[in-house]
Amino acid sequence: MAEKVFEPWNDPNEKPLIQFQNVTKRFGDFTAIDNQSFDIYEQEFFALLGPSGCGKTTLMRMLAGFETPTEGTILLGGQDIAPIPPNKRATNMMFQSYALFPHLNIWENIAFGLKRDRMAKPDIDARVDEMLKLTRLEKFAKRKPHQISGGQRQRVALARALAKAPKLLLLDEPLGALDAKLRQDTQFELMDIQEKTGTTFVIVTHDQEEAMTVASRVAVMDHGQIIQADTPARIYEMPESVYVADFIGDVTIISGTATPNGDSNDITFAEGQPTLRAKSERRFAKGQACHLAIRPEKVAISTDKPANTPNALQGKILDIAYLGNLSTYHVELPNGQIIKSQAANTRRLSARPFTWEDDVWLSWSETAGVLLEG
Amino acid sequence: MRRVTLIAVPYLWLLALFLVPFLIVLKISLSDTELAIPPYTPTLDFSVGWQGIKDFFAALDLENFEFLTTDDLYWKAYLSSLKIASIATFLTLLVGYPIAYGMANAPDHWRPTLMMLIILPFWTSFLIRVYSWMGILSNEGYLNQFLMSIGLISEPLVILNTNIAVYIGIIYTYLPFMILPIYSALERLDASLLEAAEDLGCSRLTAFWLVTIPLSKNGIIAGCFLVFIPTLGEFVIPSLLGGSKTLMIGKVLWEEFFNNRDWPVASAVAVILLLILIIPIILFQRNEQKQREIDG
Repeated sequence: MAEKVFEPWNDPNEKPLIQFQNVTKRFGDFTAIDNQSFDIYEQEFFALLGPSGCGKTTLMRMLAGFETPTEGTILLGGQDIAPIPPNKRATNMMFQSYALFPHLNIWENIAFGLKRDRMAKPDIDARVDEMLKLTRLEKFAKRKPHQISGGQRQRVALARALAKAPKLLLLDEPLGALDAKLRQDTQFELMDIQEKTGTTFVIVTHDQEEAMTVASRVAVMDHGQIIQADTPARIYEMPESVYVADFIGDVTIISGTATPNGDSNDITFAEGQPTLRAKSERRFAKGQACHLAIRPEKVAISTDKPANTPNALQGKILDIAYLGNLSTYHVELPNGQIIKSQAANTRRLSARPFTWEDDVWLSWSETAGVLLEG
Repeated sequence: MRRVTLIAVPYLWLLALFLVPFLIVLKISLSDTELAIPPYTPTLDFSVGWQGIKDFFAALDLENFEFLTTDDLYWKAYLSSLKIASIATFLTLLVGYPIAYGMANAPDHWRPTLMMLIILPFWTSFLIRVYSWMGILSNEGYLNQFLMSIGLISEPLVILNTNIAVYIGIIYTYLPFMILPIYSALERLDASLLEAAEDLGCSRLTAFWLVTIPLSKNGIIAGCFLVFIPTLGEFVIPSLLGGSKTLMIGKVLWEEFFNNRDWPVASAVAVILLLILIIPIILFQRNEQKQREIDG
């Protein structure tokens, strides 16, 4: 028997740890959060993803207690948290700037929250040592924050926030200050620590790759609203809107009109171009405006017209982005539409069959793209 | 070569404006008083050549310093100055810290205005400002008039010519020197540190004690030295606002110089004052150095 998949959001018997109920937050005339309701479950790694100013940080600060909702309620374990001040909440936050106390050493930084709880001295010692071990910082306990590297500071901030064993850990752009290589290592470390401690994590990030890597569910936000909250795979494969499709990863959007035809749809998008076919769970009316969102890696590129394919278009290579393992081809159709196609560079560059200005064929299956309402 | 020239400028400056005058004062403190111009002896007489220089050094002695130990006026004045300067520095800190804290937490667009208000008094002569306090604090002054008109007191309070007036004068005069370093420390304080402290279980007040105060420590130390050092030798405020009982070394110094015309004893008083001040000045420099290392 396979291990049970972690999907509490699909289980109606599961009680959510956090419930946002019609939460609105306004700053003067500006609406930061617009009437949002959603749930976060225990042991989840929940990512709030969006461009700056989309309200993701405001959501997190409301959970921490630094902001209160203008309307609506936030429940933590079934209890309204609005009247609870930040210092009494069972949540801890890891700040974007890390906010380590510069006058205290690493040990004292981690012990800071424990001392506030008036924990007994031996218990504090044990807990801090446990945290130092978890984050591999034993050697640096006596150093001051300015005497350690950025990656180490990041781990101190994490250890300090985890020390009080919060029900909910909030991470505000936790890896933003690290360089790319270190960030990747740290992402896996974060997941590892999250699994070990079983704490519920809510992470705020503008880096979609980071959100996809670490999170069990990703909430894509824009203008104070959660556009779609789903697993990384579903967000990528089955975006519910053009915004989400466009925000996550690389995509080509073809706009046209859909007409149902059997269990599939015919899409006309430009004069002189063949009709495209795409399957969809959505029902489209005859002649309804639509967008076909298709990922570059799902579009095949070839010099000859492929046989037996529902979607085949001819165009000219406008641009090639060479990424080492992959190349992305920007192919322009006669009507000006650009379609991106990605192919693995399985052969040496010199052996590549096509180059700039070559005429090529693009093809994809009926289920490769996602058909969205216009 | 260019570096040597650059470094030489401040050293020449120090030599000309500090070391040379100090050596002159030191020389006078080792001389004897005399009714002449200048009012001390010996003076260097080059006309008699080598013998003149030898006579000159032979006539120098520590007599004046010995005199300072025989009359208890002097050490009492030193102690009293230390006491007044310490208390005044502490009171200035109590008044200055909340002002600096308020400024650092004021909205951004208010800060230049507040800063301007702090610096504004420097645009008027220090002497005039101290004189105007006489008008405020005297028995018929504005303060007593006001308090009596609202019926809080029936007899005027005697403030002028007491130590209280001296404290008021010192706090008023040196407040900006306390506020500015503390303000600059508080302004640099990252607001997320206080949020982190709250998040980890601190109340606002404990967060202030555990985060704000320790992180503004260097500003507090700098401010205290900037007030304490000039206050110790302060002369104008105790002589204008203080009474006959207010004993401060700056006042003694003035009296020796101008009332007694005893330049050698006055110089000895000044030399001892400088020696006392060297300790806090060195401590102040070390504090600044440490701050630079942390910032660096």
